[in-house]
Amino acid sequence: MNLPASSLPPAPAVGDASLLHRHDRDFLLGLYERLVLIREFEERVKFLFLEGTMPGTIHQCQGQEATAVGVCAALQADDFITSTFRGHGHALAKGLTVQEMLDELFGATTGCCKGKGGSMHLGNMAKGMVPGIAIVAGGIPLAAGMALAFKLQRRPQVVACFFGDGAVAEGAFHEGVNMAALWNLPVVLVCENNLYGASTRIDKVMKHPCVAARAAAYGFRGETVDGNDVLAVHAAAQRAVAECRAGQGPVLLELLTYRRTGHSRRDACHYQAKDEREAWFARDPIERFGAQLLGRSDVSAADLAAVKARVEQQIQTGVERARQAPQPTIADLTTDVFA
Amino acid sequence: MKRQGIAEALRDGIAEEMTRDPSVFCIGEDIGVPGGWGGAFTVTLGLAEKFPGRVIDTPIAELGFTGMAVGAAMMGMRPIADVQYGDFLFLASDQLINNAAKMRYMSGGTVKVPMVMRAPIGATGRGSQHAQSMERYFIGVPGLKVVAVSTAYDAKGVLKAAVRDDNPVMIFEHKLLYGSKGARAEPGAVDATSEIPDGDYVVPLDRAAVRREGKHVTLLGWLLMAHYAMAAADLLAAEGIEAEVIDVRSLSPIDYDTIGASVRKTGRVLLVEEGPKTGGVSAEIAAGLMEHCADSLMAPIVRVASADVPVPFTPVLENAYRPDVARIVAAARRLAQS
Repeated sequence: MNLPASSLPPAPAVGDASLLHRHDRDFLLGLYERLVLIREFEERVKFLFLEGTMPGTIHQCQGQEATAVGVCAALQADDFITSTFRGHGHALAKGLTVQEMLDELFGATTGCCKGKGGSMHLGNMAKGMVPGIAIVAGGIPLAAGMALAFKLQRRPQVVACFFGDGAVAEGAFHEGVNMAALWNLPVVLVCENNLYGASTRIDKVMKHPCVAARAAAYGFRGETVDGNDVLAVHAAAQRAVAECRAGQGPVLLELLTYRRTGHSRRDACHYQAKDEREAWFARDPIERFGAQLLGRSDVSAADLAAVKARVEQQIQTGVERARQAPQPTIADLTTDVFA
Repeated sequence: MKRQGIAEALRDGIAEEMTRDPSVFCIGEDIGVPGGWGGAFTVTLGLAEKFPGRVIDTPIAELGFTGMAVGAAMMGMRPIADVQYGDFLFLASDQLINNAAKMRYMSGGTVKVPMVMRAPIGATGRGSQHAQSMERYFIGVPGLKVVAVSTAYDAKGVLKAAVRDDNPVMIFEHKLLYGSKGARAEPGAVDATSEIPDGDYVVPLDRAAVRREGKHVTLLGWLLMAHYAMAAADLLAAEGIEAEVIDVRSLSPIDYDTIGASVRKTGRVLLVEEGPKTGGVSAEIAAGLMEHCADSLMAPIVRVASADVPVPFTPVLENAYRPDVARIVAAARRLAQS
């Protein structure tokens, strides 16, 4: 196996203990619940899709939950995110409800985009999430433009722009990043480096394996973070957000993580080496964080089990409602084209 | 009231909109460089001094700055972006077509993208890549409004209407119609000046303009071809053929009310288009007229368009490529007599 240096999984350590004790119990359990919610949501969506009851296609994020949760926990409600075709986790982390998302995935008018967006274009502007942009790197110039608006309007918001390692090869990455850097725009560029663009491993498409190093070429700060450590992601995102709010943006965060499921639909991931998968499965972000939490005197296994039970119930209720949610009428076909 | 060319009228229109609304700003290449040109055709000359920080010069990155305009528009700004040459829109088209045009629909009607994209087009001695008629590539994109301005009056009024519109609007301009002066003047330019009223006015984005009334044949054109059609109508009048000339102006949506009324009167339609005949705007209008007023047609619809070749450089071939007044007259004469 020819692993780029930066993508070698760090030892499955328990993480930085000082971070664990910097936060209060409710905040930490909140993070844990968000992680579990995304995992269980994705697992249920996968089942519904394979069962054939949910239309469309899916791009899932099992294994990457800590990137979305860690970053969004560092944002305010009126900050924005842009996302990609793999956006379920981002949406849940930014505060979209299970119900509005499931309704959307079932194509219902009660979905967050009235059924006109679907899995790849989930979003809710009122909650600070632009509909997912499913063209690789397409959200990067757009996020820079949102940040430009905040700067021109002298508003304090920041944008967190999620993209994958594959986006780094696109022209849009370089154009958007260059301008964000030129004008010190408040955008946190969040590269979820899961080692694969669709089925192609990054060492086949990158001479320089460190994504974060690209920031220096544009004159701003980049940082590589263990993307499967939610507290490390959160801490890095907090630093980045603070710099952006202080007019010292942008910041590029490279979050090293791993996609446990296929790129989309029925992809069985035969291109992922067995030892690589096993190494990353051993660093599962939820199991690791759960183990960390149990190291605190005020968190018990029963607390974690209660979280899981609550999430499962929430999703079960959501699915039952979404199956009954109202479908559009043909008259809806031609609405919402123009403002 | 003052007489202005398109470049000056656009400049005043942009300045007035920027004064009226602080969310309006300009973004593009070489548009605000001190000692520079004010964009490739002088439209933004002097605006950077008048509106500090609101005329943003970008790197040469059409995809990037177009995406930035889309993002800024989504956050409540009203950007006026421009490309130096329309041909560069191919670079920007992902952001225009996949993001600007679709955001409202995919968001279930919650996102607004109030942005303007200006683009000069036309064959003007620059060879194949600074010359194409680009409007055809955007008229079939739901979610975009596409307008082409052929007079200074329209340019200013359309610009203002576009800035105030809550949707992405593309304004196509012609390099031979700007009336740019000095080093930026164009050989072969056509007078597109207008009397510009002192007060505020807008020109609707969805209406064609009847430039000359007639009863024998309807000539449809836009940009430079609207001017050539007017010149052709003068010559046809001397032969006793009264041509009605319509500046189509709104290319998406197409104003079938105005055009259809003319077709019902004349029964004969000649479409004039700069740009290859195959896959052009004229094809869309011809098909639309068959749906709207086929019963009124007394002869098959005729197109005069450019050859299906890249725009050539050498003047002999460029002139042969682009429709001219003589070809329009000849085609209209045959049509009127058919």
